[in-house]
Amino acid sequence: MDAIILQILNGLDKGSAYALIALGLTLIFGTLGVVNFAHGALFMIGAFCAVTLNKLFSLSFETVDPTRTDFLGNPLKVKTPYLVDWFGPEVGASLIDWAVPLSILFSIPIMIGIGFAMERGLIKHFYKRPHADQILVTFGLAIVMQELIKHYYGANPIQTPAPDAFRGSLDFGVLLGFDPNVIIYPYWRLVYFAFAAVIIGGVFAFLQFTTFGMVVRAGMADRETVGLLGINIDKRFTIMFGLAAAVAGLAGVMYAPINSPNYHMGMDFLVLSFVVVVVGGMGSLPGAVAAGFLLGVLESFASMNQIKSLLPGIDQIIIYVVAIVILLTRPRGLMGRKGVMED
Amino acid sequence: MTKNILTRRGVLKTGAGVGATLAVPTLFTGAAWAGYMNEPMGASVTLGFNVPQTGPYADEGADELRAYQLAVEHLNGEGDGGMLQTFSSKVLEGNGILGKKVEYVTGDTQTKSDAARASAKSMIEKDGAIMITGGSSSGVAVAVQGLCQEAGVIFMAGLTHSNDTTGKDKKANGFRHFFNAYMSGAALAPVLAAQYGTDRKAYHLTADYTWGWTQEESIVAATEALGWETVNTVKTPLAQTDFSSYIAPVLNSGADVLVLNHYGGNMVNSLTNAVQFGLREKMANGKQFEIVVPLFSRLMARGAGENIKGILGSTNWHWSLTDEGTKAFVKSFGTKYGFPPSQAAHTCYVQTLLYADAAQRAGSFNPCAIAEALEGYEFDGLGNGPTLYRAEDHQCFKDVLVVRGKENPTSEFDLLEVVEVTPRAQVEYAPDHPMFAGGALGSCNPGA
Repeated sequence: MDAIILQILNGLDKGSAYALIALGLTLIFGTLGVVNFAHGALFMIGAFCAVTLNKLFSLSFETVDPTRTDFLGNPLKVKTPYLVDWFGPEVGASLIDWAVPLSILFSIPIMIGIGFAMERGLIKHFYKRPHADQILVTFGLAIVMQELIKHYYGANPIQTPAPDAFRGSLDFGVLLGFDPNVIIYPYWRLVYFAFAAVIIGGVFAFLQFTTFGMVVRAGMADRETVGLLGINIDKRFTIMFGLAAAVAGLAGVMYAPINSPNYHMGMDFLVLSFVVVVVGGMGSLPGAVAAGFLLGVLESFASMNQIKSLLPGIDQIIIYVVAIVILLTRPRGLMGRKGVMED
Repeated sequence: MTKNILTRRGVLKTGAGVGATLAVPTLFTGAAWAGYMNEPMGASVTLGFNVPQTGPYADEGADELRAYQLAVEHLNGEGDGGMLQTFSSKVLEGNGILGKKVEYVTGDTQTKSDAARASAKSMIEKDGAIMITGGSSSGVAVAVQGLCQEAGVIFMAGLTHSNDTTGKDKKANGFRHFFNAYMSGAALAPVLAAQYGTDRKAYHLTADYTWGWTQEESIVAATEALGWETVNTVKTPLAQTDFSSYIAPVLNSGADVLVLNHYGGNMVNSLTNAVQFGLREKMANGKQFEIVVPLFSRLMARGAGENIKGILGSTNWHWSLTDEGTKAFVKSFGTKYGFPPSQAAHTCYVQTLLYADAAQRAGSFNPCAIAEALEGYEFDGLGNGPTLYRAEDHQCFKDVLVVRGKENPTSEFDLLEVVEVTPRAQVEYAPDHPMFAGGALGSCNPGA
């Protein structure tokens, strides 16, 4: 039982990341009709926003400590962060410690800006082109973005820790009446899950309860009619692209302490997120979220030793097996609408 | 106007002349001077440095390339000479190899076997490289070694730790200076037993490819021989990034040690995930839970940050060693680049010097002459103590370092501390050891 609860927690946590990325992906597809293969790169850039702020906060000046030597035998140069020098050891160290949560504020304008630039500068020229062209150009863009990141940050993962207050694990089992140390789960992963729930809820509320959201939903249902009513739907869709980029970026920022960011992390999520979108139903926001959590939980269960002993290798193919079964039984995905990506 | 008339006497005379001409090299210079692939005819000789310049191990590849450039400088008599000053062999004089200036070309392995073979092939066929060296993956090393064997050039492997490179996939044209998974197990197990006791239950997470398999097999054999029990061995996909679903079952598996047979990004992520799940603070079977990373890389360890503190592992070499060879290399590398070299840089630098030295001693660039010079060669002064290039499998035998993540690092490079220098005798094994069985060295191929 304890193993099952642990894998459910794991699945929900994985599903949070899948759902956040897939949400932005399907939002772009549903509004602009663009298959955006650069969406994983936006997730990666979000994570590197956290890396960048961490590095900015850690910028240091050097002083020579004559009592110690470096690896060449020269007097050791000791680095002191400017923040520690300016605000004192406690405040300075706290700012550095909280770099990841503070990156949320830092990343939102950056991601929206990148989203606007991508949409206005490149993707809008491909609206009327076939999906294959869109895939090629956005995939190329993703490679350019990841190579740029690699050029400036290197190929190795860069550790970006969570604040001290969120390191360690919660003894979840005790809350459920189990013995201590049976079901423990990292605090930051629980924070990630809660954060994802808030973001997903926020996006749905924005689309459901605001006039802007109503127009966007109307545009997703029938773009032409909304245009005939004199509403500049293109402008609103551009804003939605920026919003989708920000959602992907925020997912990346908060993911940075879970796995050290590297330039390739977007590609690692991209294929899975596309499967999530297809399983959920192209253009369906609730479908993307539901499929994200479903596939996250199934993937976690497939990694259990008991399951792997029965079906060796199932952990590596479970998502694709489920995708095949769902698409065979429900060709439009779990919540897909008629007419989307259909002639 | 002249008329060509074939006569019986003319044909005989021409045939005898051609035959005599063809026979001259063999008659007067012996086997060492026979024709071979990419024989250098001019005043220079070209080496091919095949390293990952893109892909996940690009930083390691960049460090390898720095080391190669330094080695070329030293061979050509530039710079401070580095380890040439401490190398036990004194035949290299700083005037290139056999009087020919050393030049180099580079290729990008991308840490993909097919790309690595293609770049090595290009360097051999288009650039005339007489030797290929480098790499940061066992899959790549095995693939490129096979290509070099077919092409008839020497392959001096870079960072490759799988038993298979000098085991079932060994080749007569291939040579490995780096240590292997068996040696890691043999060096690490006694230290693990001394530090954590002999009554331990281990759970292995293993990268699902050639290196991971041999690493797991080696550590399991070495620790079980000391009394440890192996609770479970779980293979993880190489492309895995989030290991949480593999770590979670460890919590209640009955194990009190987690062995991470992972390297590079896999290692960084699995170790980070294990620490996040509180395994370092956990008590199991009345003992403190421990994590072990059998193959440490300082470059990769940076990505794991504070999570490596106190974690035991093994390494081929470390810049903090105090022997004269290490000091000379660290000074040379550190002065030129501003930071200490990695173990990948060290093995690549040493491999280049060893190749050059073998050619110099053989008096030829013929791969077969060089192979003969390297086989059974004993040397010292290159940072690992007295070392043997064993003839039977072309594996170097030398001391192995057991290291631990440093608790209080003084800089971003000061991440590991040497716990024990395991003597060479403790990591030696018979050439026909079961973990290395299944392949044949074959015979040297000189190419042309």
